[in-house]
Amino acid sequence: MTHADTRARYDELVQPERVHGSLYTSPEVFADELARIWYSTWVYVGHVSEVAKPNDYVRKAIGPQDVIMSRSADGEVHLLLNRCAHRGNLVCEAAAGNSSSFRCAYHGWTYRNSGELVGYPFHQGYGGRGKLDLGLGRVPRVAVHQGFVFGSFAPDGPSLAEHLGDAAGEIDRLVRLSPEGEIELTAGWLQHRARANWKLLAENETDGYHPQFVHASIFSVAESGIGALYGEKSSAVTRAFGHGHSENDLRPEFRRLGAPLGWFGTTEERMPGYVAAMRAAHGEAAQEILVEGAPHVMIFPNLFIAEIQMFTIQPLAHDVTVQHVTAVQLKGAPEMNRRMLQQCVGSVGPAGLLLADDTEMYERNQVGLGELRPEWVDVRRGSHREHVDERGHTVGGATDETAMRGFWAHYRELMTR
Amino acid sequence: MSSVVDLDIRTVERFLYREARLADEHRYEEWEALWTDDALYWVPAGSDDADPMTRMSVVHDNRNRIATRIKQFRTGRRHSQIPASRLRRVVSNVEVLDEAVGEDVVVEANFVLVESRERGTHVWAGRCTYRLRLVDGELRMSYKKVALVDNARVLPTMSFLI
Ligand code: FES
Ligand SMILES: [Fe+2]
Repeated sequence: MTHADTRARYDELVQPERVHGSLYTSPEVFADELARIWYSTWVYVGHVSEVAKPNDYVRKAIGPQDVIMSRSADGEVHLLLNRCAHRGNLVCEAAAGNSSSFRCAYHGWTYRNSGELVGYPFHQGYGGRGKLDLGLGRVPRVAVHQGFVFGSFAPDGPSLAEHLGDAAGEIDRLVRLSPEGEIELTAGWLQHRARANWKLLAENETDGYHPQFVHASIFSVAESGIGALYGEKSSAVTRAFGHGHSENDLRPEFRRLGAPLGWFGTTEERMPGYVAAMRAAHGEAAQEILVEGAPHVMIFPNLFIAEIQMFTIQPLAHDVTVQHVTAVQLKGAPEMNRRMLQQCVGSVGPAGLLLADDTEMYERNQVGLGELRPEWVDVRRGSHREHVDERGHTVGGATDETAMRGFWAHYRELMTR
Repeated sequence: MSSVVDLDIRTVERFLYREARLADEHRYEEWEALWTDDALYWVPAGSDDADPMTRMSVVHDNRNRIATRIKQFRTGRRHSQIPASRLRRVVSNVEVLDEAVGEDVVVEANFVLVESRERGTHVWAGRCTYRLRLVDGELRMSYKKVALVDNARVLPTMSFLI
């Protein structure tokens, strides 16, 4: 197929209020997505706190690509491809560690943790020392926002700031919850496999229509107030930020409640140290921050911040996706962190009281989408009642599919470029 | 307090086999009744000994959360267990350790568990550490740690009782 044919095809398959089922089930579409999305746009890779000290490194991924996130002695963060420049062996087997260099086990080539080749045995075979101009592959562009490290395989294109747009403000809202203005991802990751297409996960993250049904079991036994946030009567909204990003903005409900830490299901009295630290750090603004709570935002294509937990979505095939999840930890807030961790562990991962059921839905969805009829997936919910806000973002009701339509509009743009 | 209760290996095995069968057959109330009030049910992630107070776990349930987990099954709307996984596990290599925690006897055992679901068949395996205690003449467990052999890798959904 020519490029023009492919463009025409995605123009047809992605329509404003419906998308074609084959977008989730076709290996060819997945190959196109790797090229046009995962290896072109900005993708979230890791957080600077995962490589806190000089020479720390951690193995990460961009889709199926094995990426080493390292911090060199000078403090800079690098994204390197885990592939020896000699004949392609892995240069890093450990999941994480501290080392100034990576040495390939096959023929002993050694690289600095910033990617340069520093040595190769029996160098006469190459005409001597320092004759080879090889090094580890790099993700050409690396950019950091509030400690969140993003990479782009496209050497040119929109900057990270342009890509994030106003969704960056949601990351800012998260870090403000720390009295020191920083989060840390130090709790390690659960890795949960879904036999489903990655877009089902990305779409679901800000789908406010499903919680009352998928999570009814846990809402009813844990006496959680979350269910009510996603209902017909909720004043919460769904917002599409553009560039495929979206959020469930629950602030209207939390403001109505007006209670610091109400968003977290607790009270000021039970977190006195944290509240005092927040008031000391933020002054007047602390009240609003404590009442409004954490964001619930999906950053296209793979970063999802769900209040107290953070996900990265890693696609491996058209029907295999890994959900990496960890608890957000707020710098300078030990009592909150303990509670956020235990709450997060209860909710997410393979045995999570919430996520196991979401994942079941993704997997059933994938099976259903393999059926031939009726072909299309409907995403029109709430399109008649959405509006554009003062910042130019489309806003729908708490249970509307506004976020999905925003996701697909951006997808179409990338796939038909 | 008699620290190491006089437990012979057959008694211990009988308890472990029963615990396994109740979990395999989703007999939630009977399984829950095996726990003491200070229960801890732990499935570490990343490594067998990751500190559960600072690191993510697959399961880290105190008695309260065990109860919530069981109640969730009983709503009949725990989708990831509808239909329930077909399960059978083999428990073996049972050892009564030479240590005690308070009045609890520490026991370890290996297991291999086959799970069948629509998504496919999965083999789970690992080593469990139990703390067993006599409460009113009945054996109960106060602690079950499940060290999965693949706890540092990608796992499918595991919403049954492991
Ligand atoms: S492949 Fe790495 S040194 Fe030969
Ligand atoms: Fe959900």
